[in-house]
Amino acid sequence: MDIFLQQIINGLTTGSVYAVVALGYTMVYGIIQLINFAHGEVVMIGAMVAFTVITSLAGGTLPAPVILLAGVLAAVPTCMVIGYTLERAAYRPLRHAPRLAPLITAIGMSIILQHLALLVWGRNPMAFPQIMENPVILVGGAVITGVQIGIILLSFTMMAALTWFVYRTRFGIAIRATAENVRVAELMGVNANRVIAATFVIGAGLGAVAGVMFGTYYGIVHYTMGFTLGLKAFSAAVLGGIGNIAGAMVGGILLGLVEALATGYIGDLTNLCRWPGLGTSSMLAERCVDGGNFVVFGSNYQDVFAFLMLILVLVFRPSGLLGERVSERA
Amino acid sequence: MSFLKGRTGLIILGIALLILPFMLGMAGTAWVRIMNFAVLYVLLALGLNIVVGYAGLLDLGYIAFFAVGAYVYALLASPHFGLHLPFWIILPIGAFVACIAGMVLGAPTLRLRGDYLAIVTLGFGEIVRIFMNNLSNPINITNGPKGVNLIDPFHIGPINFAKTDTIAGLDVSGPIKYYYFLLLVLIGVIIINRRLQDSRIGRAWVAIREDEMAAKAAGINTRNIKLLAFAMGASFGGISGGMFAAIQGFVSPESFILNESIMVLAMVVLGGMGNIWGVVAGAIVLAFVPEILRYTVEPAQMALFGHTLIEPEVLRMLIFGSALVLTMRFRPAGFWPETRHKRELVEAAEK
Repeated sequence: MDIFLQQIINGLTTGSVYAVVALGYTMVYGIIQLINFAHGEVVMIGAMVAFTVITSLAGGTLPAPVILLAGVLAAVPTCMVIGYTLERAAYRPLRHAPRLAPLITAIGMSIILQHLALLVWGRNPMAFPQIMENPVILVGGAVITGVQIGIILLSFTMMAALTWFVYRTRFGIAIRATAENVRVAELMGVNANRVIAATFVIGAGLGAVAGVMFGTYYGIVHYTMGFTLGLKAFSAAVLGGIGNIAGAMVGGILLGLVEALATGYIGDLTNLCRWPGLGTSSMLAERCVDGGNFVVFGSNYQDVFAFLMLILVLVFRPSGLLGERVSERA
Repeated sequence: MSFLKGRTGLIILGIALLILPFMLGMAGTAWVRIMNFAVLYVLLALGLNIVVGYAGLLDLGYIAFFAVGAYVYALLASPHFGLHLPFWIILPIGAFVACIAGMVLGAPTLRLRGDYLAIVTLGFGEIVRIFMNNLSNPINITNGPKGVNLIDPFHIGPINFAKTDTIAGLDVSGPIKYYYFLLLVLIGVIIINRRLQDSRIGRAWVAIREDEMAAKAAGINTRNIKLLAFAMGASFGGISGGMFAAIQGFVSPESFILNESIMVLAMVVLGGMGNIWGVVAGAIVLAFVPEILRYTVEPAQMALFGHTLIEPEVLRMLIFGSALVLTMRFRPAGFWPETRHKRELVEAAEK
């Protein structure tokens, strides 16, 4: 099996999910310069709601795609309502407060949502029902599954739709104008409150779909899943240039690829027995004999790469790949 | 706390603090231990207060520095590596290592907008836990999820902090000794904090918090001063972590989860960012919340429904989350606000 191609396929899949989640962060940040820490939790709740709906319908006579669609159709409005409530109840009253205040509120809301989910769905990870048929296709020595194709197609469709919405509709122009300058946009007749609320709602809706995709792909949902996913998606948004919609998409995909490749190769690369000269040295000889391994960092460090990327981007190109200069914006 | 200003007030408080462990000890040694953890939380909150309260930088992974200090202590004073260094050597090492970690983390982020620091520290907290969990292979450094146990208690000459001594007819148990030690450290930290607050550096922090551009224009090297706040907060976390490891006798990655960072943050925010006495009060109140919940919520639920609907642990986090959100909404300067901070936070919100 071709490891490289396989990791590209896997990375593209997770990367699409990161990209969709990252859009939620980047749109909100682009407009009100707030890291919405609770966004990861919104994604998690989307996955949980879909889990409940799909599990309860799975035994019935409905065809699988209908059940999955029902899950998504339940998750999206739920998350949209949560997104709207977050903005309306927690962030809007603090819009003119010093910026520490909304950040603290955001982390507080994140904790509240996480533990409410814990109350509703319990502490244990749950198996996300695999109802869709999952054909396996061989592509040049690697494997791509139906679910992976579905996730990639759906993500790209949503990203295309969002791009069309933001760049080709009147409301999209209003969103971009508000991101540019809230006061001037208001003078031009834009209802800034509505625009801001809308970005939360759109981001949450996209997040809900991402949550369902994530659950379907990994086959497991848990009340803490939003935390790591959110952190990675935010890193993706920074990588692409925070506030930049195209950047979030590029950053997400790129982060997915980097993570998959790094996870795929780190075990081999840090296996000191494979290093010429080292493997036979007296220190390691004992461990390396008969094809033994001395792996310093294995694939269990998967979650570290996104963070490393984030740090590297902040050191070398804080504005991200496609972003403009943001560092001094106070 | 105006009654503390008078000398009599101070003396009364001093006597109360001195006899407190014996009073608590009568109710059970467990309560002395709980009190010790409360003091540890106060220390942590005071450390975080430098970062969040003085300099206005949001650190969401503060517990990671605590973890670094705890692991440094655990590894240098336990059978795990067979090292048994005395605590007065390890605690500074722990503080130093935590400080380095803080600087490595702060250097790339502190020249950027404050929000990046929040997310980077959030990630850092998680990364430290991943490393603690996984650095048991191929060389066993942290012993993985099982953690390190049989950690040495403090020794000062013949006094062993894990044993009970009888001094002048009084039974002084281990936790009581730790209590006095913690109290000394706490007084030291409070003095350092107060001195810092009124120093040139303290004023620079406040200036940065209020308006970074203006501070820069006034000739403050904002990046270095911010880095200093961050590193100083980290080293306080490291020292507290070392003491935690000694008191607990056992460390594992489970003790250093995000919820702990949030708890310390809630203490700082609820009490009043930047105000030492507010932070102390906030920390003590919130440190006892889990205990109070354990003794009230669970029995109440058992009596009402016959089983536990909401675990105290979940309720605790819901309370902390709400405390953060509601404080920011209704009392942004906290319950015991510092005057200047109050002016900044409250008046800005009213505008």
